[in-house]
Amino acid sequence: MFNETILKEIDDIKVRYPDVRSALLPALYIAQKEYGWLSSEAMAAVAKALDLPEAAVRGTASFYSMFRHRPAGRNLIQICTNVSCLILGAEKLVDLLKARYGVEPGGTTQDGRFSLVIMECIGACGTAPAMLVNTDFHENLTEKNIEEILGKYK
Amino acid sequence: METILLKNIENPNSAEISEYLKTGGYRNLSKALALKPKDIIEETKKAGLRGRGGAGFPTAMKWSFAAADPKFPKYLVCNADEGEPGTFKDRPLLEKNPHLLIEGMAISGYALGAEYGYIYLRGEYPFAKDVLNKAIKQAYEKNYLGDNILGKNIKFHLTVYQGAGAYICGEETALIESLEGRRGQPRSKPPFPVNFGAWNMPTIVNNVETLSNLPYVIQVGGEAYSKIGSKDCTGPKLFCVSGCVEKPGVYELPMGTSLKEIIYNHAGGIKNGKKLKAVFPGGISTPILPADKTDCPMDFISMPRHGSMLGSGAVIVMDESVCMVKVAYRALKFFEHESCGKCTPCREGTDWLRKILERIEHGKGREGDIELLSQVADVIYGRTFCPLGDSAAGLVMSMIKYFKNEIEEHIKNAKCVMSKE
Repeated sequence: MFNETILKEIDDIKVRYPDVRSALLPALYIAQKEYGWLSSEAMAAVAKALDLPEAAVRGTASFYSMFRHRPAGRNLIQICTNVSCLILGAEKLVDLLKARYGVEPGGTTQDGRFSLVIMECIGACGTAPAMLVNTDFHENLTEKNIEEILGKYK
Repeated sequence: METILLKNIENPNSAEISEYLKTGGYRNLSKALALKPKDIIEETKKAGLRGRGGAGFPTAMKWSFAAADPKFPKYLVCNADEGEPGTFKDRPLLEKNPHLLIEGMAISGYALGAEYGYIYLRGEYPFAKDVLNKAIKQAYEKNYLGDNILGKNIKFHLTVYQGAGAYICGEETALIESLEGRRGQPRSKPPFPVNFGAWNMPTIVNNVETLSNLPYVIQVGGEAYSKIGSKDCTGPKLFCVSGCVEKPGVYELPMGTSLKEIIYNHAGGIKNGKKLKAVFPGGISTPILPADKTDCPMDFISMPRHGSMLGSGAVIVMDESVCMVKVAYRALKFFEHESCGKCTPCREGTDWLRKILERIEHGKGREGDIELLSQVADVIYGRTFCPLGDSAAGLVMSMIKYFKNEIEEHIKNAKCVMSKE
């Protein structure tokens, strides 16, 4: 399943740790980046590349909330609703996203443009409410500016 | 006070090695490599440096345990899994001052006899990952990292390891499990990581802010460093203030600055002229304090005397319009979600507390729910592998201690007394 470039990338990571299993999280990230999510086939390929039992790979992958186990939309909205964001109105923003894009937390819009995830703290509490879209931070969100920001993601 | 940790961060190019070198960067590494490793530990001891991750354990003592262990190799791990809600103090260090951390780690690695270092970075900081990787590459090119640092035949290699969204990995033994490629579940202690840590070798896990203090300790010496802050809790401290304040942000102030002063003098006081209601002084894992209990010095020793903890120095400010049931419910949703599931009191208890708070929040609270919350919190407290369970229980206990009436009203009226509808 993995091409030569990916296998080489994983091999380069392996040597940085005394034990090959440490390369598991990095390898899962690489697989997720390549395929958008971690299918059974992708996890099997990771297991093969690292010579680990498939169960060990699935067991580790399922623990971490940033590994996705079903296909995601083209853009991933990760919005924080933890205490600092909550008290500055994050819930209203989530309601707005639900209504505007017809998406529930954990779900994906019908056109596949956005997936929505409720995040625990993302470390942007001083500029709350905040979200990550893919790998971009967006802070000081308001009901006005959030749609404009999301307009840039097609 | 001159800034030590946040020095030069207004400079848009502060993360570049050329800018760091202009302000004296890496000179302290050079100075440290001329000292004996044990002298660095001694200076750190004199400095009185305590770990900034939340526990406040004396750094030099932790180091001396690992340094005294005859097993090699030893590992130095930087805990950059900044996940405590309300905490964003390490982010400016990671994104804007990465060379300070790298220099601090190179110094610490030499002091400990560790030749390999890892920065365990939370998955939610993708920008910091790119900054760190670039900075590490620059440090290798200039020979501040590598097999022969500054031609002194000293070796230190550094790798960024990206976490994947698990709060519990901020706990050092869970972090080590995760670094080893496993589920991030805390280990039973003892043995401690200083003797049996990563890959069963002596391992030091220090917070980003702790390690970033090292260059300055070397620069001025332990004695001078110890003059900053309070008597037994020394040095500069990053306080990150969020919530209902005029000027939220990260403030570098002497350890022991009072909570009130942080809120009113530095963060500009309560937003829109409202009244202060409550504060989490060090993230939601530290017991909440009501407005009249904020006259307390923010350090590791004073805060427990005032009924809370310094934690990560994450000051979350809530004004009179904030509903405590809503906050407690959201906090418990967090703890339930982040419980690793390993030990029963935490796994079952956080779920139970969340359910009770959820029904109160939704107007379906029952008579006796406050007593039930107390009982469940009591059973969790002190009976879990790691502090996550204690944090959840402590939050509920402090809410009941100071805001019992508000919770009672919520149950009696079957709705939020704070809501304007």
